[in-house]
Amino acid sequence: MKILKTPLNPEEVADLRVNEPFKVTGKIFTARDAAHEKLLDFAEEGEKAPLDLSAYPCFHCGPVMKERGDSWQVVSAGPTTSIRMEIFEDEFMDEFGTKIFIGKGGMGEKTSEALVQHGGVYAQFTGGAGSLMAGSVEEVEDVHFLEELGVPEAVWVFRVDEFGPLLVTMDSTGESIHRDISEEINRNLQKEIETL
Amino acid sequence: MNPERLAQELVDPIKTAVTTLPEPTLAALKEAREKEEDGARVQLDAILEAVEIGQKEEIPICQDTGTPTFYVQLGADYPAIDRLDEIKMAFRGAVQLATKEVPIRPNTVNPISGKNPGDNTGRSIPWINWNITDGTDLKVTYLPKGGGSTNMSQLTMMTPGKGIKGVKELVLKRIASMEGKPCPPTVVGIGLGGSASISMSLAKKSLLRPVGERHEDPEIMDLENELKERANNLGVGPMGVGGETTVLDVKIEYDHRHPASYPVGIAPQCWANRRTSFLITPEGDIVEVER
Repeated sequence: MKILKTPLNPEEVADLRVNEPFKVTGKIFTARDAAHEKLLDFAEEGEKAPLDLSAYPCFHCGPVMKERGDSWQVVSAGPTTSIRMEIFEDEFMDEFGTKIFIGKGGMGEKTSEALVQHGGVYAQFTGGAGSLMAGSVEEVEDVHFLEELGVPEAVWVFRVDEFGPLLVTMDSTGESIHRDISEEINRNLQKEIETL
Repeated sequence: MNPERLAQELVDPIKTAVTTLPEPTLAALKEAREKEEDGARVQLDAILEAVEIGQKEEIPICQDTGTPTFYVQLGADYPAIDRLDEIKMAFRGAVQLATKEVPIRPNTVNPISGKNPGDNTGRSIPWINWNITDGTDLKVTYLPKGGGSTNMSQLTMMTPGKGIKGVKELVLKRIASMEGKPCPPTVVGIGLGGSASISMSLAKKSLLRPVGERHEDPEIMDLENELKERANNLGVGPMGVGGETTVLDVKIEYDHRHPASYPVGIAPQCWANRRTSFLITPEGDIVEVER
């Protein structure tokens, strides 16, 4: 299985294709609804993002965390439903140049177009497998907006070792297995309805 | 009965609920894994590994540890029936303790201010569903249901003339349109009849029955079997990547309806079909029972 190291090599990301499993070693950051809004507001006000968001994968995740003294530990950290971020991701890529988004459930056409434009991919990590993900985190490097957004919505920066398996479901050529599977599901649905 | 001690005792079943899966659900996931290949098998392997890690390391399988919800079956002759206020207090105390000790994710947000108190309590939360039954026992099921599957809930006020065929079509359309979003393979809870709110509450209550167990009414049993089989022909597959297993089970409950209304409630539950069931003795001790 391919292992991508961070800071990400843009060519390596653009070469990933749908149905290809891979893992990530290095740094990732979490961002869900409120964090996207916050980071985009920040950019609009002309402020710099707290880290280089183009170099690391964005993980749609609201983790369970445990505070130990003055450091944090990841307890469980699976993906959240990505489609909620559909309203942000094209703008997010335009603003920050982020290349990999990791979540669950897939994203829509607006994001697919932006991935083509920016040479990015969307990858799925198994929903609910938070305990498995936590095992790949070596260190919690940083956290941003914790006080304001709370634990699940804050931007966490994790150092990970072989985080995965991640399955590419949308790639930089515009392919999306979500689109293909949707069409197949609809055909199957019609068959079932006809035989009721 | 001491409410503080009871709150502490209750942390254990909450922990068991979020770190392990009930045996029938786990067996169904293992069976599904054998049927699948390629991407679908990768998903089920990751699921089974996550369950194993959760149990071994006593950490939540999924980071979304749900909205804290207690379903209570209160026997009308429960000897400590005059202590229900204290039990209610203990439920609240228990989720606060569990938030720190297990830990579970703080999951209560004020819908107006957006503030999260950080301890899994809030207005009416933990939610307690009281049901009066016969007997002397007080039985509780803790059902921490996640947001991803709950977001896929649906209420339809169906035209009554469409009948059972209409119900089948509606349910299959919903399962198809949800795709991977509720974290399949799901358990799909369906509530028929009653009123708008009754059908939704029946749909959720149907999820309390173990995976694989059939409704006692033979007509409902057949309907559950048929919908399960047809749902698995849709090809959504584990986590929506395509495959044979879209649902682990379909559960149906019903109440009589108004002649003009045919409410159909749908409450999907993710593969992490978590719960614990236990009795609270009149002395305030916990006895875990089959879930």
